[in-house]
Amino acid sequence: MRVPAFDEVWGSAGPDASREGFEALAAWIADTPPHELNRRQQAAEAAFRQLGITFAVYGEDEAAERIIPFDIVPRIFAASEWRNLKAGLEQRVEAINAFLADVYGPRRILRDGVLPAELVLANPQFRPQVAGSRPPHDVYAHICGIDMVRTGPNDFFVLEDNARTPSGVSYMLENREAMIRLCPELFEMFPVEPVDDYTDLLLSTLRSVAPHGRGSEPVCVLLTPGHFNSAFYEHSFLADAMGIELVESADLEVDDDIVWMRTIDGRVRVDVIYRRLDDDYIDPLVFRPDSMLGVPGLMAAYLGGNVTLANAPGTGIADDKAIYSYMPEIVRYYTGAEAKLPNVETWRCREKQALTYTLENLDKLVVKLVDGSGGYGMLVGPTASKAEIERFREALVAEPHRYIAQPTLALSTVPTLTEKGVAPRHVDFRPFCLSGADGIRIVPGGLTRVALREGSLVVNSSQGGGTKDSLILADRPRRRGKTTVPEVAPLRSGAD
Amino acid sequence: MRLRIEHRTHYEFSQPQRRLVQLLRVTPPSFDGQAVVDWHVEVDCDARLKRSRDGYGNEVTMLYVDGPIDRIALTVGGEVLTDDKAGMVQGAPEPLPVELFLRPTPQTIADAAITEFARDIAESAADPLSRLHGLCGALWRQIRFDAGDGNPHRDAASTFADGHGVCQDHAHVFVAAARVLGHPARYISGHLWRSDGQNVQPAAHAWAEAWVDGYGWIGFDPANGASPTDAYVRVAIGLDYRDAAPIAGARVGGGAETMHVEVAVAEAIQQRQSQSQ
Amino acid sequence: MLSRTAASLYWLGRYVERAEFTARLIEATIRLDLLSARPAGEGAWESALAVVAAEDGFWFTGEPVSPEAVGRYLALSLDNPSSIRSCLDLARNNAKSVRTALTREAWEAINRAWLGVRDVRVSDGTPAALAMIEKLKAEARGFEGALHRMLRNEASFFVRLGAAIERADNTARLIDVKYHLLLPEGEKVGGPIDRDQWTTILHTVSAVTAYRWLYREGLRPGHVVDLLVLRHEMPRSIAASSDEVVQMLNAIGRMLGRQGEADRAARIRQQMLNRSTVNGIIAGGLHEFLRGFIADNARLDFAIGQQFRFQ
Repeated sequence: MRVPAFDEVWGSAGPDASREGFEALAAWIADTPPHELNRRQQAAEAAFRQLGITFAVYGEDEAAERIIPFDIVPRIFAASEWRNLKAGLEQRVEAINAFLADVYGPRRILRDGVLPAELVLANPQFRPQVAGSRPPHDVYAHICGIDMVRTGPNDFFVLEDNARTPSGVSYMLENREAMIRLCPELFEMFPVEPVDDYTDLLLSTLRSVAPHGRGSEPVCVLLTPGHFNSAFYEHSFLADAMGIELVESADLEVDDDIVWMRTIDGRVRVDVIYRRLDDDYIDPLVFRPDSMLGVPGLMAAYLGGNVTLANAPGTGIADDKAIYSYMPEIVRYYTGAEAKLPNVETWRCREKQALTYTLENLDKLVVKLVDGSGGYGMLVGPTASKAEIERFREALVAEPHRYIAQPTLALSTVPTLTEKGVAPRHVDFRPFCLSGADGIRIVPGGLTRVALREGSLVVNSSQGGGTKDSLILADRPRRRGKTTVPEVAPLRSGAD
Repeated sequence: MRLRIEHRTHYEFSQPQRRLVQLLRVTPPSFDGQAVVDWHVEVDCDARLKRSRDGYGNEVTMLYVDGPIDRIALTVGGEVLTDDKAGMVQGAPEPLPVELFLRPTPQTIADAAITEFARDIAESAADPLSRLHGLCGALWRQIRFDAGDGNPHRDAASTFADGHGVCQDHAHVFVAAARVLGHPARYISGHLWRSDGQNVQPAAHAWAEAWVDGYGWIGFDPANGASPTDAYVRVAIGLDYRDAAPIAGARVGGGAETMHVEVAVAEAIQQRQSQSQ
Repeated sequence: MLSRTAASLYWLGRYVERAEFTARLIEATIRLDLLSARPAGEGAWESALAVVAAEDGFWFTGEPVSPEAVGRYLALSLDNPSSIRSCLDLARNNAKSVRTALTREAWEAINRAWLGVRDVRVSDGTPAALAMIEKLKAEARGFEGALHRMLRNEASFFVRLGAAIERADNTARLIDVKYHLLLPEGEKVGGPIDRDQWTTILHTVSAVTAYRWLYREGLRPGHVVDLLVLRHEMPRSIAASSDEVVQMLNAIGRMLGRQGEADRAARIRQQMLNRSTVNGIIAGGLHEFLRGFIADNARLDFAIGQQFRFQ
């Protein structure tokens, strides 16, 4: 089934009538021969493979190392579109942090009955172990990835908040790197906002939240589960770009409630840990005792105020899919204003009426596990088989509280290189928001994920999705200069 | 009662350890009906101790020891004055809302068998309080105490299916059943003075508490089929064993460990019964 | 530098060196086997197992000692933790976890070597085995070259330190086994089989030409021992490997501004070798000397782990 959708370049009318302001990109797409686009795309992918920008696919026999397909046709946001998005993102991230400070502190929002107390307190993502304590500088969700979808020129929706350990920012940076090398003419045609200072901003965000009294050069590290983790490339990329150590649990030890890192030159005190490890695995004394990962005593150091964990333990309660449906109320409660970025309409199947509606409309809805991620445990009604729908019906009846349902949105499309030339494909967008002691920083860019299969709405990399560069146009006029299509665009060594 | 407690834990390692880190929840709080007169935490080697409070309000002691070390003995204890409050717990630190304790954890999931068992008892009881007492008594009859079951990771469903366990298993089943009936319930670790003269025991005790509107938190000891009395010293609370266990530890250095626990609970001998005239 | 990173680099160096040594050992044994009449050929494979201390492990496979079975066990078996394939697996895992400390060139050499061994089939026979060994040796050379082109930083020093420790151990084991190798009944010391065996040792450490340059009098066991134990100019000799250990520890110590137990132990060992003569070693018992050296080397490895907090 095809969902009639809004195309961000071609509008709703098709390739011959591009949207106002997007004529130049439409012309570039039309004028660059497909074989040339293909050549550049292959050069980019070859470079990614050599760099080892790989991820592991769960559920495959051998944790196969694959690269995420890259699409050479970029996506463009006009300056005004980005301005609106940015204001909405800032508001949302501010609310997320206020919500976390409240539910782990005075719990005013529960007393005021804005959302059911049980939804927070009985949620496994609410961590009683950190209740009553405050992180340094009161920042909880230092790095958020907010997943957005679009259905029309001015219709953006938040699909999901990622406030634990969101990944994908290395693709934003590497995709840009590849585009500058392979399609330099685009950067002459358009005044594109740069994204390459993301890692500098990340580092200053991390430094800004160091425990008080740790000086102007606090020691920051990035904690990875190790090189078997599917996002290990990103971890090593970010550590490298920030010039901080990439540590595993075994490199850290806690003594006297202080975290130290073991180096060949002795112990070095650690002030800030950007951890890419879930709460469950950070300290076996407090969370999962069977975990081989984790640093014994880390939570004591954290609760003692001697180290900052980014993100703070317990942030999972803010991006829980059951909490998500209350985000408009949460934003209103903490910011005193209506949410600038709306939610996708959501039926909470724990509620009887919603469950009835969902069961009656399974063929039209998207049904998601509250605690699922990565596109696993998800039903896309309009494209699902009868058997799949029946399987979900049974699961819903058995455990309704584990599910939410949303309408099948006609996600916007962006021209994408396919085997049959450039054609529209559905996309989503994940910008990255940094919250430090001194405010919120958002790099003008993000990760665009694209469903490469025709008609597919599932953009997850584990389900055949790819990525694109996302160009945010600046308000300033474009740079003067000759526009040239390069003969050969070598990308690092051996790209072709 | 005036109870004197000596809780000794002794570890031996098959090879020297480089470091030890332990999280201890071994210090009882004072509240209505329980007054801690004096309390100490001692280690028989060079160690750094840090005290703090966790999210449940439990007093936590972090213990850091540098190796090489092949054995360590921890002794905690002191004197506590207790009153019999018929199981009612008042005046204890309660930083968390009651609703939190409705949450099942991996160790306290009520499977179909526990759910059915709990519902049957609920039907035959008139009010919440008698329902919970009924549950406590029924579990005491249903689950045989078996000192051989010492697996701290066992869950409520397997204990219930096996029909035997130790006090912490009884507590887990009680908590699971109470929650499935809609009563907030929690796991308690502590000590028990035994009237049968068995003053030295190979483990600390564990029981449960459930919330009853109008009364507050009330203790239930399903391993003994009754509510706690002044023979009980309450030390730590949590959603399950994992949150409230006396010791959670990690060591660096490989090899195997053997642990030996000895808990002595006795009536304190009064230095002076009354002022000499 | 993180202690774990240093440990990974050090073990990366050891595993690559071990893989290469085993490859050379197989190659030289194939040669000895082809040259000799039975039963010397069989003895060649038994001694190859002895050099890498894999007799017991091989015995557990229950297979008879045949060129195919031993060659497979040494090269490809995943049951053998020191097989070429196992070593390259471990080397690559170590390299992967410290990717950012290596240059791309160094990483790619290891990755290619790993890919090359992964695809070899057990049934491919001797020519395929020799081809694989040639390729592996080329990759090992490529890796060494890449290391030398890396920045003179701790990363390259730790890899080379690991390689030097491993090389010292391997060379000592190689000579020791020849010492023990019993000639088949009726063969004379200095006879053709004896000569073949000594030549095989020289082949294993690529020292045939060097030997001819240095010693004009033909093949003599004493000279071979001199070359492989005491000659600093022979890169795989015990003396040269010990020199390299001292140099690498010095280089690391300079960067950290401190020295420790490993530095002292390495220097003492170097001085001991400098004072030794081949006649003295043989008079005191070559076997005892080599056993002592191997134990010393293990102690030095331990001291390095302690000094840089590998665990």
